Amino acid sequence: MVMGGMNFRERWHDYWSPKEAVDTSPRISDEVKYTTCYMCACRCGIKVHLKDGGIRFIEGNPNHPVNRGVICGKGASGIMQHYSPARLSKPLMRVGERGSGEFREIEWDEAIATAVDWLSKIRAEDPRKLAFFTGRDQSQSLTGFWATQFGTPNFAAHGGFCSVNMAAAGMYTLGGSFWEFGEPDWERTRLFLMFGVAEDHDSNPIKLALSGLRRRGAKFISINPVRTGYSAIADEWIGIRPGTDGLFVLSLVHQLLRADKIDLDYLGRYTNAAWLVIQAPGTADDGLFVRNEAGEPLVLDAAGGLASGKQAGVEARVVGDATLPDGRRAVPVFQLIAERYLDPRYAPENVAPMCGIPAETIRRIAGEIAATAFGEQIEIPVTWTDWAGREHKTMRGRPVSIHAMRGISAHSNGFQTCRALHLLQILLGTIDVPGGWRYKSPYPKPAPPGPKPAGKPGQVAPGTPLAGAPLGYVLSPEDLIVDDAGRPQRIDKAFSWEAPIAAHGLMHMLIRNAANGDPYPIDTLFMYMANMAWNSAMNTTETMRLLTDKDPATGEYKIPRIIYSDAYYSETVAYADLILPDTTYLERWDCISLLDRPIGGPDGPGDSIRQPVIAPDRDVRPFQDVLIEMGARLGLPAFVTPDGAPRYPGGYKDYIALHERTPGIGPLAGWRGADGDAHGKGAPNPRQLERYIANGCFWKFELPPEQLFFKHANKAYLGTATTMGLIPAPEPIVLQLYVEPLQRFRLAAQGRGAMQPPDKDRARIETYFDPLPFWYAPFEETRADPGGFPLHAITQRPMQMYHSWHSQNAWLRQILGQNRLFMNRVTARALGLGDDDWVWVSSQAGRIEAQLKLMDGVNPNTVWTWNAIGKRAGAWNLAADSPEFTKGFLLNHLIGGFRAFGHPRSIAPPPETLRYGARFGGDEQQDAAE
Amino acid sequence: MHPTFSIVFFTTASGAGFALLFLLGLAAPLGLLPESSGFGFVALATAFVLATAGLVSSVFHLGRPERAWRAFSQWRSSWLSREGVMSVMTFVPAAIFAIGWIFFGVTDGVIGLFGFLAAICAAVTIACTGMIYASLKPIHQWHNRWVVPNYFTLGLMAGFLLLDLIIRFWTVRPVGTPLLALLAVLAAWWSKEAYWRFIDTTSAPSNVASATALGSRGRVRMLEPPHTQDNYLLQEMGFHIARKHKTRLRLIARITAFVLPALLCLIALIGSGTVAAIAAALAVLSAAVGLVTERWLFFAEAKHTVMLYYGADAV
Amino acid sequence: MTDLPPTYPGQKKLGLVIDLDLCVGCHACATACKEWNTGGHMAPLPDFNAYGDGAWGVWFNRIHSFEDGEGERACTVHFPKSCLHCEDAACVTVCPTGASYKRVEDGIVLVNESLCIGCKLCSWACPYGAREFDADEGVMKKCTLCIDRIYNDNLAPQERQPACVMVCPTKARFFGDLGDPNSAVSELVAARAGTDLMPELGYRPVNKYLPPRRGRPHGEDREAAPLSAVIAEAQNEADAANPLLRWVDRLLSR
Ligand SMILES: Nc1nc2c(c(=O)[nH]1)N[C@H]1C(S)=C(S)[C@@H](COP(=O)(O)OP(=O)(O)OC[C@H]3O[C@@H](n4cnc5c(=O)[nH]c(N)nc54)[C@H](O)[C@@H]3O)O[C@H]1N2
Ligand SMILES: Nc1nc2c(c(=O)[nH]1)N[C@H]1C(S)=C(S)[C@@H](COP(=O)(O)OP(=O)(O)OC[C@H]3O[C@@H](n4cnc5c(=O)[nH]c(N)nc54)[C@H](O)[C@@H]3O)O[C@H]1N2
Ligand code: SF4
Ligand code: SF4
Ligand code: SF4
Ligand code: SF4
Ligand code: SF4
Ligand SMILES: [Mo]
Repeated sequence: MVMGGMNFRERWHDYWSPKEAVDTSPRISDEVKYTTCYMCACRCGIKVHLKDGGIRFIEGNPNHPVNRGVICGKGASGIMQHYSPARLSKPLMRVGERGSGEFREIEWDEAIATAVDWLSKIRAEDPRKLAFFTGRDQSQSLTGFWATQFGTPNFAAHGGFCSVNMAAAGMYTLGGSFWEFGEPDWERTRLFLMFGVAEDHDSNPIKLALSGLRRRGAKFISINPVRTGYSAIADEWIGIRPGTDGLFVLSLVHQLLRADKIDLDYLGRYTNAAWLVIQAPGTADDGLFVRNEAGEPLVLDAAGGLASGKQAGVEARVVGDATLPDGRRAVPVFQLIAERYLDPRYAPENVAPMCGIPAETIRRIAGEIAATAFGEQIEIPVTWTDWAGREHKTMRGRPVSIHAMRGISAHSNGFQTCRALHLLQILLGTIDVPGGWRYKSPYPKPAPPGPKPAGKPGQVAPGTPLAGAPLGYVLSPEDLIVDDAGRPQRIDKAFSWEAPIAAHGLMHMLIRNAANGDPYPIDTLFMYMANMAWNSAMNTTETMRLLTDKDPATGEYKIPRIIYSDAYYSETVAYADLILPDTTYLERWDCISLLDRPIGGPDGPGDSIRQPVIAPDRDVRPFQDVLIEMGARLGLPAFVTPDGAPRYPGGYKDYIALHERTPGIGPLAGWRGADGDAHGKGAPNPRQLERYIANGCFWKFELPPEQLFFKHANKAYLGTATTMGLIPAPEPIVLQLYVEPLQRFRLAAQGRGAMQPPDKDRARIETYFDPLPFWYAPFEETRADPGGFPLHAITQRPMQMYHSWHSQNAWLRQILGQNRLFMNRVTARALGLGDDDWVWVSSQAGRIEAQLKLMDGVNPNTVWTWNAIGKRAGAWNLAADSPEFTKGFLLNHLIGGFRAFGHPRSIAPPPETLRYGARFGGDEQQDAAE
Repeated sequence: MHPTFSIVFFTTASGAGFALLFLLGLAAPLGLLPESSGFGFVALATAFVLATAGLVSSVFHLGRPERAWRAFSQWRSSWLSREGVMSVMTFVPAAIFAIGWIFFGVTDGVIGLFGFLAAICAAVTIACTGMIYASLKPIHQWHNRWVVPNYFTLGLMAGFLLLDLIIRFWTVRPVGTPLLALLAVLAAWWSKEAYWRFIDTTSAPSNVASATALGSRGRVRMLEPPHTQDNYLLQEMGFHIARKHKTRLRLIARITAFVLPALLCLIALIGSGTVAAIAAALAVLSAAVGLVTERWLFFAEAKHTVMLYYGADAV
Repeated sequence: MTDLPPTYPGQKKLGLVIDLDLCVGCHACATACKEWNTGGHMAPLPDFNAYGDGAWGVWFNRIHSFEDGEGERACTVHFPKSCLHCEDAACVTVCPTGASYKRVEDGIVLVNESLCIGCKLCSWACPYGAREFDADEGVMKKCTLCIDRIYNDNLAPQERQPACVMVCPTKARFFGDLGDPNSAVSELVAARAGTDLMPELGYRPVNKYLPPRRGRPHGEDREAAPLSAVIAEAQNEADAANPLLRWVDRLLSR
């Protein structure tokens, strides 16, 4: 029976279970806009699909050099960040006590007028009374410039808490660094060693690269106390004891030196290995390079004479005693290296017990490194010319590469540990060679890079811009930002005797010093995008106390005013007096500039922008716009026209395209010049942003093949970099195995020279400012009684959460809403602890409660947890019963405030069990108890 | 598995109802029961009410109860659908049988045939209910040869206990029903014990090693779940009952479902009049408690293979 | 229709291949799946108690983490899991309404939401936990293999892939026709000994998992380094004398 094309059976079926008509080709979006992701600082390019006036879908931009189309767990959750209920919606003025979270909503006019009122007074009296500190922003080229214009030296960004010691180690050694400024030659490396990386700034690029490594069959060794994440897919896991990497690495160096498996040719050409070091203990020049009148370092030539180490073609001895005309002795750097690291104290047997790595493993890895570096040498048939004009028919590389991050930098010995890593790389000849580690543009820069920090007493004056940028690299005590009496001049005491080489400033010292009026009281603390009351604080409880501390005499807060810009209701909001609500990343212009931390790669410079893809639905304004408006209202010279009108009336958008830092150099390097055909340097192009948008919001310059390697000594590259304004002059960059500036500080500590440290700092500087890397136990360990605190407590970043940002994200907090304390199963058994038990973890700074999870893949002396999951009750607009408050914890509560490089990790005593049967009932627990 | 009350009630109530219907449809046409239409009314009404209440309760468990009718469509593959179809279908011969018996006092002949038909349908319905669970391979505690016999014997036990109680209002001293009820209780007890022994001594062929296909690399255990709080799968399938509770509840089930009803049946068998009737009534009450407990345990003790992805080593 | 479609040789079996050797557990495929599908064919994928305790939501793809091996030899394995689009999909056959079905043309298992009564039986029948109940709408939802992407004419051909495959930063996910022995995915499965999850249950999942092949902690799985012997030799020689002596005649050319 057929009815209307269907037989009865079909009709019957259709009635009971009609076939679904699946629309396999729905229209996805009304419009697609390109911009740059900001769910973390990795700067991936994204395509935002807009539909019905909202955001439908965010995906990776396949053409983008950073992420090549992929997107991470955070990036794909951007929608929920954008629609987060924790977004701020109006400027706020505090009405209750600090910390109470009582505010009154105000209009923008009032907000900006208030800020300008506070700041203009300071600027007219003493600009130092403004401390301007920023966090995970990518606007440091603007914020730093603004601070300079304001005239305060008290500016720094998140780097101080992040990896300043690692960045400094690299800059003084290589003119580049791990951090965000270099990466392995992912396509060619054959042996890759990864030290202490869980996620890193190069989030997607590392994932893409590790996948490539494995596919190619290159060997990947992860050195990390914990085997999760990237370490999970490593061929080999070295579960090192925290803080001992320096020993392990120097033991590798020991092995390689003993076996003569080092690249002497490379050392001769590109490093200071042959430079002579004066050996005259007790004299003012001891440990400095022997130099000629022109200031050029000298080497010992084949004939036993002295020759300039800068001269091309000179043949220099690698070991040998030189007697200087004045009779003093000098030896090549390499000889000092050989003598130091051949010492048996670096023998595998001797470091093994401390590192928790069998000597046999250390020996084998040294062997693998040697085998790969010297047995699997790569030659790329590309002719290139070195700095001296000599032509080379090939680019030769040793395919061993290293990457390191916070696992190194988070320990107080991180600077020297990182130097040890660079030493190893240089000895192998693997810096910027095929298969080795490569500089990412705009690096290399001179080692260390150019400008010195400004902020000395004479450089600060009321109503006047600072004489230079507040952050930079010091070469000798004369460059310190101290007064005549040697007292610190910055509120964070960066570049003082307490922390001479504080390249990025010391953000984590700010609040304590400000509250203590040490070295001087400030008036206004201005913070932007930094959760300084919480996860970027050490000893969080103390930090929150300091923020609310009052002067008993006046009843006023010790930090009188706090202005803060955040986009969300973070912990720090409650501690500020004036809140400037920012937009989300999809609602504003941003500029990822070559003047800051751009998206350049080893194959060439690049930068990018964010463009607003959707209009804010709240009364919020992009912070940069507000800052520029404040700059104009304060009359900061660079932000007003000669007749006093705002110079960038369109806000940041105008600034990005029109501002020139020095002639021809502005925030963006692409499509400069009136016609947009200049790259790097060129006149401002009013239509520059259009060009960026048309190109997917980024600019990438591909270096020609002959400039891709040996950039530190590659004539063509050095030329290009100079033309583009990346380096001041086309001079070769000599890798500094021996870091002379450190010795200058050491000499001062030994009582040499006009500027000397106060006595309390002498011994420390003398010990730690060693121009050659060495290992020492992290300070926090030597301070703590190891018997009382037998465990190391460390954190890792979860791949799907960015610092404190993402507990407000409905999707991401489902993945990680409570952090556990992970402990080695064997350690736990010895302590009588089991899965899900609640324990106390304590350090000198305090004690917190945590729930255990046992695992095998963690060093037995180590406990760890995911970073920044625990939240302060009441923050982030989460309900009061949220697990982030009730069960999560923040390890920072345990980090005792400590100065120096990076921040130390705490060491925990044997935790005692707390069995909360009712709370975690679980039947498992009862079963276990039975 | 999460013991949802509507489902626990559904399976016990409709199990008892259909079992009673089965007994009535089988025994009445054979003349083994009082012919009184009053008895027919009370007995059939009890069966209908229990069966219907169970079914209605099961509908409440649905996310979209208003679409429940759609569940009749897939009898070719789905035991749930078959159960739905059969349970409704059972009402057709059962209704004819009931009309014949109650209104016309007839239980034999054509009406008797409908009685038989209703009995068969009721039995098939019970089998279908059992099969819903027994067919689910991911749940070892359900996917085994004891589940359908359990549903049968437990149902029959409930049916006999009910029948024995009801019959006492018409028959002074029934011998068959208490005796059969006793036997049914013992049979149900035996099958339940066999079931428990089975699930206590065996576990699913699947374990965390096969679930992850990582077994060849060494002992596998969960490090981190995909979400730190429970999701639908854990809410639905992550129910875990502590050994202590399990033992206690089994004891309660044993006593209330089997020991007491058996003893009470014995009293009902030996005793007479009010004492026997009270014993029969108590047997029903006790069994009701016992069966609900047993059914609750049937869910609570069932472990789904999905838990292998959430920390269980075996299920 | 709840019956499984008839099988025939050369039948298309679309599915995923997941390489456990590459997955770092970043959750990108999980959130991208959520993001795509909350506006896609089975939209929305609601969340409950989203900003408080007991937050949960509908996800079609989740990342589990396991450890295998003991002590130092232990490895962490990140393990993404979504619907495996089984050939013998009992989630389909148990469905009383016909809402669950397996497509004849490509084997994708779907739920017709307008028929679903929310009885949850399919979620009981799925051994893998791939069924997701939407408590708002009272219906079952699940991975659609991104049916609204893979055939979507509005997407560029290279984008006609599931969202989870598109995003994966380690390229640990592959999509293709596992019914075609010559497809790239089938070849990958053959080359890497791809496996089924819980084959003993007989669901015959289409999705396959490629086992991790990373070595054990101390690299035993790789051949020993050829130069370690050389090193040992050189050391012995050098250590006899002053170790610096071997470099005295070395000249470094700048
Ligand atoms: N225990 C422990 N502590 C650590 C670390 C660790 O590994 N372990 N890591 C350290 C490191 S490396 C760093 S870099 C610091 C980071 O520490 P912070 O920089 O303080 O931390 P974030 O959580 O990134 O906080 C930044 C703030 O930016 C806000 N924000 C997000 N988006 C926007 C926006 O678009 N506009 C504005 N105006 N604000 C926005 C967020 O709401 C948040 O309040 O933490 C350090 N602290
Ligand atoms: N998803 C996500 N990505 C991020 C961030 C984030 O919050 N979330 N933050 C960004 C920021 S600001 C930064 S600075 C980077 C940091 O990126 P990472 O350097 O990856 O930072 P961590 O997560 O702290 O990882 C440190 C790793 O070092 C290990 N470790 C600890 N102590 C030692 C040690 O002594 N030796 C060795 N060898 N290893 C050790 C830890 O186990 C951990 O795996 O990540 C950036 N990217
Ligand atoms: S890595 Fe960072 S920038 Fe890239 S997609 Fe993820 S969150 Fe966005
Ligand atoms: S994985 Fe589960 S839901 Fe998917 S087809 Fe197989 S049985 Fe069905
Ligand atoms: S929940 Fe829906 S799809 Fe699943 S079995 Fe029931 S009716 Fe079918
Ligand atoms: S195929 Fe599509 S629906 Fe399925 S898990 Fe991947 S993204 Fe989710
Ligand atoms: S996106 Fe790729 S690497 Fe990340 S969890 Fe999914 S499969 Fe693993
Ligand atoms: Mo950082």
